[in-house]
Amino acid sequence: MKAIYILWLRQLKRYFRSRARIIGSLGQPILFLVALGFGFGPVFQKAGGGDYMEFLAPGVIAMGIIFTGIFSGIEIIWDRQFGFLKETLVAPISRLQIMVGRTLGGATVATLQGVIVFLLTFAIGFKLPSLALLPLAIIFMFLIALLFTALGTAIGSLLDDMQGFQLIINFLVMPLFFLSGALFPLDGLPSGIKAVTMIDPLTYGVDGLHATLTAASQFGILTDLSVLGVITVILLIIGSYLFSKIQI
Amino acid sequence: MTENIIQVSNLSKKFGDITAVDNISFSVRKGEIFAFLGPNGAGKSTTIKMLTTLLTPTSGKINLNGYDPVTDSKNVRSSFGIVFQDPSLDDELTAWENMEFHGVLYSVPKEIRRTRIEQLMKIVELWDRKDSLVKEFSGGMKRRLEIARGLLHHPKVLFLDEPTIGLDPQTRNHIWSYIQNLNKEEGITIFFTTHYMEEADRVAERVAIIDQGKIIGDGTPSELKAKTQTASLEDAFLNLTGHVIRSENVSSTDHMRANRRMWRR
Repeated sequence: MKAIYILWLRQLKRYFRSRARIIGSLGQPILFLVALGFGFGPVFQKAGGGDYMEFLAPGVIAMGIIFTGIFSGIEIIWDRQFGFLKETLVAPISRLQIMVGRTLGGATVATLQGVIVFLLTFAIGFKLPSLALLPLAIIFMFLIALLFTALGTAIGSLLDDMQGFQLIINFLVMPLFFLSGALFPLDGLPSGIKAVTMIDPLTYGVDGLHATLTAASQFGILTDLSVLGVITVILLIIGSYLFSKIQI
Repeated sequence: MTENIIQVSNLSKKFGDITAVDNISFSVRKGEIFAFLGPNGAGKSTTIKMLTTLLTPTSGKINLNGYDPVTDSKNVRSSFGIVFQDPSLDDELTAWENMEFHGVLYSVPKEIRRTRIEQLMKIVELWDRKDSLVKEFSGGMKRRLEIARGLLHHPKVLFLDEPTIGLDPQTRNHIWSYIQNLNKEEGITIFFTTHYMEEADRVAERVAIIDQGKIIGDGTPSELKAKTQTASLEDAFLNLTGHVIRSENVSSTDHMRANRRMWRR
């Protein structure tokens, strides 16, 4: 337990120390909020979609979370290249403990990042209809964070260096984000695209955030929670397995 | 007969078609300073990785402090401390936090941990820098911190993989006198590798030389010199391993080091 705690604490300390990283990773969500929010707002309104900023905010919160999450997981590559992973691997603790501690730490950091983006959306004009579901919204943020940190850990365990990082961002993270209903409503899409969005786990995360923050859900909170929960568990298992196979 | 703290018998490690370690046997006595020498790519690191549970042997047996690294890795891991060839500190944490982290991972009780961290950091003369981030440290300071960290859980064996590489003579001397002192006072067995033969000659009580995965000589430095009829351990080493320069695989690490800064900020 103590080992898991100290590994978790390490991720947090590293996060709070690199202010450049915190601010840097806020840049993208803010840009999306301002550029897309104000840019598409009038069109969205005319098309009868309502307040676009309100629609966009949960998606952009999810964006802040997934990038931080996947990055925290993938950081394993650095720990490996710069030796720190060896220090933990020769310690008398199991690899599962290492993986769990790191992933929880990364997920906590990503959740915090989500909360910061959430607070920023207020500054830009997002209005929360009700505060009652806010705790549930935080749970959704944490689940999304956990899912993507575990995914990052799984990928980081397979890669030898950061050369493949750009590939992962462009061919995995970006599509998952764009096809999750974070930027546009999913109803009325062509059936091919629709099918893809339905198998994107982030769709359920974004829908959960919509449900809890703007009370406009497509699948219902229970479905969102179950799908997200099950996929997170599966990814945690895959991540743990791949992490246990790392050879130094 | 003295007790062996490390006993290796018929140990082999194959990576596909390549045999990195080929049926080696040797032993290290409790409380001695043992040097494990060999040219680049001879199988030193692979052997250390097997001894320290990071790699599973293809065949053969290892016994470290009475435990088998394959079946009893947890007990083996509690028995040794290691200073890796490459730094393995967390740059973004302070010196003290690196020590604390290690102590918690090795379940050293809090009170003992705090006292020992202070003692050890004073010995390696880093106590006044305890709250500095490790990334601000010089190579020598990092080494000293790693040695202190490797001793925090009072290991029976301390592995030092090229502990003095890239250090100036002052720091090197300082570190060795500290290690020799530990060896004498605490009875900690020292297992080290180095490319500096005069260093091995000076501090090691016994030496094993590995080349192309095989042990090609072992004994005290004077025994090796007598056997090869040479005047220095360096000559004995060259006599046994030949003069051909060995190639070593370049890892992606070099690449990473160059890119690291770019990603960080």
